[in-house]
Amino acid sequence: MADPVKFTIDGRELEAPAGTLLINAAKQAGIAIPAFCYYDGLSLQAACRMCLVEVEKTPKLQVACTLPVAAGMVAHTDSAQVRQARKGTLEFLLTNHPLDCPVCDKGGECELQDMVFRYGAGESRFRDEKVHVDEKQWSPVVFYDAPRCILCYRCVRICDEGLGVNALGVGNRGVASEIIPNGGDHLECDECGACIDICPVGALTSGAYRYKTRPWEMEHVGTICTHCSNGCKTTLGVRNGEIVRANNRDRSGINGEFLCVKGRYAFDFNHHPERLTSPLLRTAAGMLKPVSWAVALATVAKKFSEVLSKHGKFGVIGSNHTTNEENYLLQKFARQILRTSNIDHHRTGDVVTLLDALHGRANSLATTADLSTMKAALVVDSDLAQEHPLLAYQLRTNWRLNNAHVYAVTPGPVREDSYATTQRAPLGGEMEALEKLRDQLKAEPELVVLFGSAIKGEAVRKLVAFGDSLGIPVKYVCLLDYSNSRGAWDMGLLPDLLPGYQSVADGGMAVGLNYDEILAAPALGVLWVVGANPLARHELAARDAFVVVQDLFLTETAQRANVVLPASSAYEKAGTVTNVCGDVQKLTRGAKTMGTKPDLEIIGLLAKEMRSDWGVPKADAVFREIRRVVRGYDFPLPVIETGGAAPSVPATGQLQFQARPELTRGAQNTLFTSGTLGQFSKTLHSVPEFPGALYRADTPNGRK
Amino acid sequence: MRFNEPSPLEVRVVSARFDLENSASIETYLANDGYVAIKKALEMTPEAIIDLLKASGLRGRGGAGFPTGMKWSFVPRTTGKPTYIVCNSDESEPGTCKDRLLMQNDPHQLIEGMIIAGWTIRSNKGYIFIRGEYRYLIDIVDRALEEAYARGYLGKNILGSGWDFDLYTHTGAGAYECGEESALLESLEGKRGIPRLKPPFPAVVGAFQSPTILNNTETFSSVPAIFRQGAEWYAALGSPKNGGTRLMCVSGHVAKPGVYEMPMGFPLLRLIDEVCGGVRNGKKLKAVIPGGSSSPVLKAEECDVALDFDSLAKAKTMAGSGGLVVLDEDTDIVAVALRTIKFYAHESCGWCIPCREGTTWLKKVLTRFHDGGGLESDIDLIGELAANMLGRTFCPLGDAAAMPIGAFVAKFRDEFEARLKQTRTANKTLELVHG
Repeated sequence: MADPVKFTIDGRELEAPAGTLLINAAKQAGIAIPAFCYYDGLSLQAACRMCLVEVEKTPKLQVACTLPVAAGMVAHTDSAQVRQARKGTLEFLLTNHPLDCPVCDKGGECELQDMVFRYGAGESRFRDEKVHVDEKQWSPVVFYDAPRCILCYRCVRICDEGLGVNALGVGNRGVASEIIPNGGDHLECDECGACIDICPVGALTSGAYRYKTRPWEMEHVGTICTHCSNGCKTTLGVRNGEIVRANNRDRSGINGEFLCVKGRYAFDFNHHPERLTSPLLRTAAGMLKPVSWAVALATVAKKFSEVLSKHGKFGVIGSNHTTNEENYLLQKFARQILRTSNIDHHRTGDVVTLLDALHGRANSLATTADLSTMKAALVVDSDLAQEHPLLAYQLRTNWRLNNAHVYAVTPGPVREDSYATTQRAPLGGEMEALEKLRDQLKAEPELVVLFGSAIKGEAVRKLVAFGDSLGIPVKYVCLLDYSNSRGAWDMGLLPDLLPGYQSVADGGMAVGLNYDEILAAPALGVLWVVGANPLARHELAARDAFVVVQDLFLTETAQRANVVLPASSAYEKAGTVTNVCGDVQKLTRGAKTMGTKPDLEIIGLLAKEMRSDWGVPKADAVFREIRRVVRGYDFPLPVIETGGAAPSVPATGQLQFQARPELTRGAQNTLFTSGTLGQFSKTLHSVPEFPGALYRADTPNGRK
Repeated sequence: MRFNEPSPLEVRVVSARFDLENSASIETYLANDGYVAIKKALEMTPEAIIDLLKASGLRGRGGAGFPTGMKWSFVPRTTGKPTYIVCNSDESEPGTCKDRLLMQNDPHQLIEGMIIAGWTIRSNKGYIFIRGEYRYLIDIVDRALEEAYARGYLGKNILGSGWDFDLYTHTGAGAYECGEESALLESLEGKRGIPRLKPPFPAVVGAFQSPTILNNTETFSSVPAIFRQGAEWYAALGSPKNGGTRLMCVSGHVAKPGVYEMPMGFPLLRLIDEVCGGVRNGKKLKAVIPGGSSSPVLKAEECDVALDFDSLAKAKTMAGSGGLVVLDEDTDIVAVALRTIKFYAHESCGWCIPCREGTTWLKKVLTRFHDGGGLESDIDLIGELAANMLGRTFCPLGDAAAMPIGAFVAKFRDEFEARLKQTRTANKTLELVHG
């Protein structure tokens, strides 16, 4: 860091490293200098002229967003001249601004409104005709209203510099200037909507949200996106129990300003008309008929008790998107009440082999924050921008702002090609490609390795051995596909491991049937599926098994069920989830769907039916137990209670587990799919999928 | 060829060959001292060249009047990056029409000036950025480049020096803004013509992120004569600190409008009366716009001033690009102001708020005012809007629009008030509407 210099702002003597921009130096001292075009982490524009301040010994007002502080500098941010300049600039801005605030989506949370309120004039001197241009629709979810646009170029920069997508540019000139998609009249992009979030005014509006509500009519609920394993914070705008918007304007989560198309628009599965809102029971005639919760739960409990008393076989398949509390309680139910270890989940990455391979290496699991700060990153077998949009954004931003080096070994073209050192290698040929990068990697001071689902079993051990051979500190991320895949592992939704990766043998139990074995077992008495859809891809061998399914929709598995219990979504419940890097974050209940219950409550109610000594626990109580029982989850509570992400540190090394790499199957989700939930998002289906075209060399727009 | 008769009071340096037969050809140039300067320069060190230019008092002819020798000295020569020579031939300032003559009549003089600049910083590549509307000039300059290549003044191993230099023409796309050097560089690089954040200046980070000498056509064209006849000779032609001569483009209400090469510091009134034959049709002088449309107007009584950078700055206006517009007593200043702001509103690139919105608003007010819809409050409003732009825009275009408008209102307020009186009846209705 540069040497500190002393300077004065508004009579206060301050100190900051040389080179600090005046606008930031002032901010650090609690002095707000207004600006539209300045945005942390994006290139400097000096275009809006709102941040003009008086600096002694310079004749003209100075632009605070481009002026570095200098020793002895004396600046005034609230002099008469500065106030007059701000008023003048805002007056200019309002000349062609339509002032349709009463119907503008942004009304009430608009930076221009706030600026005029604080710094503007009380009346307008503009008496002439405004320039009008008709609104344009660039995609199903992005609308542009040029007259409202103040041309701060934030959207252009976030898309180009931030995302590396470069879908937006500036066209025309003078007062006719406007933002224009580089695709001509439409967007060719990821449809992430970052441009909408970053827009200070109502120029860019969301097709999913526009004209639906006033901002102050919504409850703003900060929770975690349920669509992939990256764990982005998303702020749900909820009105009357219905989610009408998701955004991240306050940049408060691990994702900063980032959200992908799923995080921003795909919340609408939550209100899909096909959501299950009543328990269903298969009748003697073979039809699924709605019944009351009391009947449904009693039926399930009775069947469970019956099979239990006959020493029948249970199979439990848990979820990789239900909460840690739900997963924990489900395995506890299975092990303690059903007295079975036949429990598993759809594994999307070989976490346990990595943990075992890292034996003896402290501090070798990367947290989310590491991806933004470590000097070098290596991606193996993942099209990161498609499968892990936040992680891709983090690596890109780390490269852009901190000169971090990024390497990728992938079977096909990836977006990282545009800035990373990449090697093409067929699946199975990764190690040869890595050898080619060895010398470069060895020269790095540190490295974080992210590997996809193709790296499993022995391949994980080889990768760790390769990391060891580099002789530099290396951390790892085992890439997983769903919002709580990591939590499913950590909470012991496994036939051979208890919560915290403790061997079942420690609990005096035998190893149970795994995912494939449960489905293939001919004499299964009960199959209990919570938040999963195994029958979409697999056959159930036991034709007579009594199938209980907890889910949001009538999935292929639910269609086979004897009893279907309608579950709440992640946006409708409390609890915690653990992201792909092991960061634990809290869900906050936002929406409501009548008739559904959170899985935690469903499991609790079933337990209560069967065992009088079990109650229906609240998420907080289960979480307290998890913190006591599960290794790595005993982090300080305030971090997550205040909406932060706490890194969990699971056990590493010398685990007693069954190596079953064949059970690791990547979900092959892309930016535009997320399993069952994504299938039921109308918005997600409405947007054109361009991201492939953006970097595949064999398409017209492909970047070589 | 020129469009006006020469005046005996002219001092012909850059225009010395304008009247010769086939003046654009390399044969004519070589027969008249052409490519002599480069031979001298090739014997000199960069420091000696820069010292020579500094001593000559040559200042940038594009408008800002920055000392050329000093500008060249700012270019770092040891960055390991390539360096570039760029000529600003994007002549677009209303009232200015000198660069076209330089390219049309004596392109080799310009080319030689650029070769010398190239040699000074050991650059290997240069561009002549020619205003898009000057399409016909590109052909002339391209032909001259071919001739220079054929004779070994461009290309590999120039005159046996072991040094290579290539020159290209590049056409502008029709934006006044690209006359601003950093916007010109953006356009040269194939991007939208908007100005860059400064610092860094083009000398350090110019074309393609590399150190660049960027000068006006007339500036480069002035260089060869300095090498042939010496810095002292050149400096002595002009006034103190304003070396040499410059092409004065005189338009408006004079008997003999045209482009005249005058020594720096030549008196404005003598230029009008003795060189240009006085105000047309025996009318009285009302005002002069002395340095292109962006320079603040001088009232007749302020016109006793010498035409150089410092004297005009003292008179609170500027020498600018040498485009003088003479206005006689019948001139409608409100119409002049409107015409001026229409130009700037049309040419504002739109990058920053005060210029984009300010020029447009001013245009609207002035249009309404001119057409009879003026309000009493408009006169102050026009002045205040100009003041709100001045010094607050991203690049000098905003100032260029604000300065003349501010001056028109301040100096000819009576004419604005008279216009208001004329249209009082029409105003009644408007006031009923707007209060």
